[in-house]
Amino acid sequence: MESFGSAALARLQQDLPEALRETHAQHGDATAVVEPARILDVLRLLRDDPQCAFDVLSDVTAVDYLPRRPRFEVVYHLYSIRSNQRVRIKAPVEEADAHLASAVPLYASANWMEREVFDLYGIRFDGHPDLRRLLLYDEFDGHPLRKDYPKERRQPLVGPRN
Amino acid sequence: MALLQFPGSPYQSDDDFERDLHTEHQLLNMGPSHPATHGTVKFLIELDGENIVNLDIQVGYLHRGFEKECESGTWYQCIPYTDRLNYNSAILANVGFCMAVEKLLGIETPERCQWIRVLASELSRIADHLTRCGAACLELQAMTPFLYGIEARELTWDHLEMLCGARVTSNYIRIGGVKHGLTPGFADSCRAYIARTRELLKDFDDVVTSNRIFVDRLVGTGVISREDCIRYAVTGPILRSAGEPLDLRKQQPYLVYDEIDFDVPIGEVGDNYDRYLVCVEEMHQSLRIVEQCLAKLEQLGPGPVNVADPRVRWPAKGRVFNHMEELIQQFKSVTEGPRVPAGEGYLAIESANGELGFYLVSDGSAVPVKVRCRPPSLINLAPMPDMLKGALLADLIPTFDFINMIGGECDR
Repeated sequence: MESFGSAALARLQQDLPEALRETHAQHGDATAVVEPARILDVLRLLRDDPQCAFDVLSDVTAVDYLPRRPRFEVVYHLYSIRSNQRVRIKAPVEEADAHLASAVPLYASANWMEREVFDLYGIRFDGHPDLRRLLLYDEFDGHPLRKDYPKERRQPLVGPRN
Repeated sequence: MALLQFPGSPYQSDDDFERDLHTEHQLLNMGPSHPATHGTVKFLIELDGENIVNLDIQVGYLHRGFEKECESGTWYQCIPYTDRLNYNSAILANVGFCMAVEKLLGIETPERCQWIRVLASELSRIADHLTRCGAACLELQAMTPFLYGIEARELTWDHLEMLCGARVTSNYIRIGGVKHGLTPGFADSCRAYIARTRELLKDFDDVVTSNRIFVDRLVGTGVISREDCIRYAVTGPILRSAGEPLDLRKQQPYLVYDEIDFDVPIGEVGDNYDRYLVCVEEMHQSLRIVEQCLAKLEQLGPGPVNVADPRVRWPAKGRVFNHMEELIQQFKSVTEGPRVPAGEGYLAIESANGELGFYLVSDGSAVPVKVRCRPPSLINLAPMPDMLKGALLADLIPTFDFINMIGGECDR
């Protein structure tokens, strides 16, 4: 498990050193924290480079680290069928005007998962073809997975829409 | 049907006749409560006649705030919530979550526990596949095979009940072990169950697999290619039916799957019929795995099923009543549970629907910062509009059945 995804990290360090903030392999999970503005370059390199070939975007989610700054981190988990390796890419996102480039042009699976992150954390994805709420309804007020959203908070009742 | 040719008719052929009809697309609202969608999901379908032009899937009717609840309790309090993700195969979610926490804690579970976990996981997988295939038959108006499937599922749940006392929401797996070992008489009863389930699967196969109506409804419907599966990160039987032999039990063996002899069935074209065949074969493979687990557990003999680590292991009751230290440990274990070292980890297992992953973040306290469940049901559902563009409305039913979207896991 030692070399899990580390070839991908070496590749990133070699080709896009300026886009990398830090890397680690805690518990054997190769992880790279990248510049948010360069997220698409990083994902594109990992997908298209024949040595990496991370063809599956398994998961997109976010973590709220309130009160740390930058507050959010969008987390991508990539998997390569050919080399059977995983790598985790994290992009820090500031609270004010929280947004990040959408990965939909690279991975179709990002569509619903980014909608979910937008729904629950309020992070917008620029260039997303259909950025609507996924799990909650349009009239829902706020983004419930933010740490400052109280669990007990009630939502206003919404009548039928038609 | 040939058109009657009237003198002076502007229509020279059938095609001309249809071209001049002023038709318009119809919007059809299916769900969120519909007998053929076992699970609450709403389809907004744009129809041209009987053909699907556009499909918008609206999920979330069963959203309970799984992640929010987990982030406000202790690590132990998350386990019952994982039961309620996929209620057909609760143990698989239990195993996934507990193994992810163990990864952060750096715990290796005893061998006996790992075999019991595999045994329980495979029983769950059988129950899940039986529900999928049985319910699909029911929704295609075939009641008999559904009853065969449900009888086998009841037997499966009876054995899960023998194992842990609950049929559906098992709450059986613990961080660092399982609640308790096999109950007396379980192995013998389970062997009888395996024989009976094989008979029922044979009956199911006789009625369904070459049934003209069933085959016609399934062959060539809901097709998705291997490449599209990968683009959409689809996993599980859907991906395998499209010809990609990706099964995390083989690719990244966890627990003791690398010591077990089983095969991974794959399909060729990726239609609903292939998915059905893959699921049936996976049930036979799971029965094989259960047999091997029973034999191995007998060979291992009695032994611990929990780690001795005091961070996660509750003290023995006899000592709690008589010793101060154990009483304090018991109190701390119940009120706050384990403190997980700060860090993050992602662990994925092969659930009945595909890759079930848990991404956990801890800040070193007794309350998780983040419990992300990567739900295979949700991610497998996303390409459904692509699978059904241009298809008949009736094809939506078997396609949805074999995607096996489970509301609890999809909406969390």
